[in-house]
Amino acid sequence: MTTVSGAATSHFDAQPKKRRLVGEIFLWICFAATSFAVILLAILLIDILRQGAGRLAVDFLTHYPSRFPERAGIKSALFGTMWVVGFTGLLSFPLGVGTAIYLEEYAPRNWLTRVIETNIANLAGVPSIVYGVLGLAVFVRAMALGRSVLAGAATLALLILPIVIISAQEAIRAVPPSIRQAGLGVGATKWQALQHLVLPIAFPGILTGMILALSRAIGETAPLIMIGALTFIAFTPNTPLDEFTVLPIQIFNWAARPQAGFHELAAAGIIVLLVALLSMNALAIVLRNRLRKEL
Amino acid sequence: MSDVVANSPVRPADPNSGGHPLALSRARRWRERAIRSALLACGLVSILTTAGIVVVLVWESIGFFREVSPWEFLTGSQWTPLFKPQNFGVLPLVAGSFLVAVGASLIALPVGLASAIYLAEYAPRRARKILKPVLEVLAGIPTVVYGYFALTFITPFIRQVFPNTGVFNAASASIVVGIMIIPMVASLSEDALRAVPRSLREASFGLGATKFETVTRVVVPAALSGVIASFILAVSRAIGETMAVTLAAGATPKLTVNPLESIQTMTAYIVQVSLGDTPFGTIEYKTIFAVGLLLFMITLAMNIASRFVLRRFREVYE
Repeated sequence: MTTVSGAATSHFDAQPKKRRLVGEIFLWICFAATSFAVILLAILLIDILRQGAGRLAVDFLTHYPSRFPERAGIKSALFGTMWVVGFTGLLSFPLGVGTAIYLEEYAPRNWLTRVIETNIANLAGVPSIVYGVLGLAVFVRAMALGRSVLAGAATLALLILPIVIISAQEAIRAVPPSIRQAGLGVGATKWQALQHLVLPIAFPGILTGMILALSRAIGETAPLIMIGALTFIAFTPNTPLDEFTVLPIQIFNWAARPQAGFHELAAAGIIVLLVALLSMNALAIVLRNRLRKEL
Repeated sequence: MSDVVANSPVRPADPNSGGHPLALSRARRWRERAIRSALLACGLVSILTTAGIVVVLVWESIGFFREVSPWEFLTGSQWTPLFKPQNFGVLPLVAGSFLVAVGASLIALPVGLASAIYLAEYAPRRARKILKPVLEVLAGIPTVVYGYFALTFITPFIRQVFPNTGVFNAASASIVVGIMIIPMVASLSEDALRAVPRSLREASFGLGATKFETVTRVVVPAALSGVIASFILAVSRAIGETMAVTLAAGATPKLTVNPLESIQTMTAYIVQVSLGDTPFGTIEYKTIFAVGLLLFMITLAMNIASRFVLRRFREVYE
């Protein structure tokens, strides 16, 4: 017995120093990889600020696009973006929240529910340009909406629907079951309990998810190019059936040109787009903190 | 007794109800059922969306395949539908998409996994509080912005190192798409690593393993299904990525593995056609549906594969 353990001890070399050194190196590799993301974000923002800041002026926001970089602005793109995102919200909010309520509160455990859930997961992975192909065939052609704000908004609404549904589901799921049971216990119908008890509590979460989904829609380019949003428009839409352009398309158009003057415009447009995006994200966070009720 | 029932807020006097005092009135029951049906209808819109995508892509592609044989489409190595002589071999576009996806994976998979390991296993709370939002911001930046970044920053950088590189090249697109999908790999893999129970780590420490040995031989293997699923999803995302690739990689369908050349991906081709003035109903126009169908099938297969890996190879702990 003693000989066995003695032999084992003499052959076993734990090499604690070497092993600790390997671990230390590994930690630094992982740290460097994570820092890579931070450094890249910094480089990207600095690169864009450096090129675009000089172009940022009131004129840039109030002028229409132009062949001459020094006169060009983003007025039509800015209005187009607001129109499209507004209608995208109007269309996707009821559909997305309705689906979420159905799946969380009503859906029986059957094949149809499973199909709907699997389908939503799959839709979330469909490339955005494929939604553009769908929008082109269904909204632009079959429904004859043309290259309108409404066609664009409907396309983007379908695109962000999975995000709206999944975040609304999470918000509804977070409401404790006791609240529902209390409502049902005092004789409320299922819908009354939802309408007066569950949904008001879930609302901040639903709203946060909605805003984040719209911030995805604001940056989408490819599907709107597909449905034929124009790259050069010198008017703002007045009705949902008017033609339009949006900020990302305007940026794409300028970035694709070889002249440096247009690249600066693209950078300035990106700054406006990023400011809009970050303020939406900030709004979502503020709303969530402000409206959240202590349970 | 009857007084209590009459004044109870639970059952207001309802002339239509009749029967049991707690039964719902007909109007109310009808309303409940209508609401339920309306909510179900909302849920069906998502199914209609999928059906719409499949029907549109297949229907229009049938028109395309009446004129071009599927065999020629899938095996031809020349893609020149927009000028004469027309060739409809999709391989150059597929190769372009995969070249970009492979290049992007070389960056995003190791960097993303290492970030996930750092965030899940090593990072102090304060570092996490900064790093997670940074990754979220990176994930939320629109793809057209990444395209601009590729054109004005990455491409000039590559051309300094390799002066023969064109203005449009696959390398620049690969790098920028790689950057784009890092947050996805990092956050999904981190979730998988965090789901590994503490007891496994402690058992490993108890056997004398170092932190490094525990992470690489216990935690990562235990979370492998989630990690691989995140890899597959990220590659699928890279194949479907459009604007950054359109801006950075160019519009030259080419069968090449040289990342310094200009290429074209499936997505960039679809954008190119819809930006041009190709008349509706022509064979050139129908190509976008055939290419779109192929793109849809490739990404769908990868998404299903990712979920299959997650379910089939998951290690279940209590």
